[in-house]
Amino acid sequence: MATKKFKCKVCGYVHEGDKAPEKCPVCSAPASEFEELAAEKKGLNTNSNVYTILYAAVMVVIVAFLLVFVSQTLKERQTANVINDTKQQILSALNLRDQADVAATYDKVITADALMQPNGKLVQYEGDFNTSYKSEFDNGNFHVFVADIDGERKFVIPMNGLGLWGTIWGYIALNEDRTTVYGVYFSHSSETPGLGGEIAGTKFQDRFPGKSVVADDEVALKVVKYGKATPGSQYEIDGVTGATITSTGVNAMINKVLTAYIPFLTKQCCKEGGCEEGNEECCEEHNVESND
Amino acid sequence: MANKNSEALKQPMWANNPVLVQILGICSALAVTAQLKPAIVMGLSVTIIVAMANVIISLLRKTIPNRIRIIIQLVVVAALVTIVSEILKAFAYDVSVQLSVYVGLIITNCILMGRLEAFAMQNGPWASFLDGIGNGLGYAAILIVVAFVRELFGSGTLFGFQIVPQCWYEAGYLNNGLMIMPPMALVLVGCVIWFHRAKNKDLQEN
Repeated sequence: MATKKFKCKVCGYVHEGDKAPEKCPVCSAPASEFEELAAEKKGLNTNSNVYTILYAAVMVVIVAFLLVFVSQTLKERQTANVINDTKQQILSALNLRDQADVAATYDKVITADALMQPNGKLVQYEGDFNTSYKSEFDNGNFHVFVADIDGERKFVIPMNGLGLWGTIWGYIALNEDRTTVYGVYFSHSSETPGLGGEIAGTKFQDRFPGKSVVADDEVALKVVKYGKATPGSQYEIDGVTGATITSTGVNAMINKVLTAYIPFLTKQCCKEGGCEEGNEECCEEHNVESND
Repeated sequence: MANKNSEALKQPMWANNPVLVQILGICSALAVTAQLKPAIVMGLSVTIIVAMANVIISLLRKTIPNRIRIIIQLVVVAALVTIVSEILKAFAYDVSVQLSVYVGLIITNCILMGRLEAFAMQNGPWASFLDGIGNGLGYAAILIVVAFVRELFGSGTLFGFQIVPQCWYEAGYLNNGLMIMPPMALVLVGCVIWFHRAKNKDLQEN
């Protein structure tokens, strides 16, 4: 251990001893050409295979436990936040944006969370508040939220679709006639900021209220290329400038979702009989008073 | 030593700016600078994450096996970003919604790997922390400059508030649509680099 190592800078010869040799035995270079090699580190060799594998394994286990721990401890709060956010989105469609106490406003305004039956009837939804209306839609559970705004009834329908880069979603609120738009809300996961991302802005969403959704038992509401909407049209809405694909996505989403809701929108169960003239309440079996 | 630390903080702000000189983090600089707000959010998130990752790697630097050091750095960064995003989801939901797209971009930001490899592996935790803050802020500064120009000329707004008066539009003024597209961000970054090189003659290549 006591010996030091000296390396010849000219030929690479390694000499062991207390000091550098006067002359290199290989290339005859003088002592000044020798440099001392740093003593090898004691303890672990951080370059050995065993150390490397153990290090990686320990690292992965620690990180995995850390992530599981964080995710588990925060889950409850996160779920509460998501529920709150979903409720706020539903309220935004009813033009109640940025509420201070979302849960209270929601309970006050939304009188029922209902499911549409194949004949267009609404039946009270029995279950926990849902936050993924895409899977609900895909499973054939067509939600309709019944709202009461200053004594007027509104219906809110959740929508899901695809934009340019990822998913888009929204809610559309209709007046009691089930065809006039009262308000909309759109959001997106990853549309381009400033272009497709503008669908989340009020500038675009403010173009919807007052338009009509249904004509001749078909979805007539259309989002067209910016500037192409016929002035004064009941059904056409200008898309977002420079975001044709996202606008087309919004159009496709509205069309796909509302087509599935046609029985509800056209009050099919009333047409099939059983309703007296002017009494369309029979199409709804949920208890409107229950949540007051 | 104090001098060296303050250098670690100040250098990346201007003379050794990560975007302008090291040309790191360009992809995210193009992606998030169409508007000021996401640019600032992104700049701050990167600052915090670089500083934290730098400290952790600096503390581990003597134990990390050389052959898998990049993987270790990546694991630390990815774990850190995931944890921060989980915490935000629980305690600052609005911010996490804002960040949604950018969380992935933070992990892949080359500034992080660049600083971990070039600085944190050789320096102590405090110097590494300052280096992280400096690089993050240097990055944020460029993002803000580019986003300012792009939002003002591309949308006529700043932070979403209308700046260009309505009467200009009525007089025929049009927003520059190209400003919102990523290629224009690259041109703007190029202009900033041009200005920067003109001020720092020693960086000019012949």
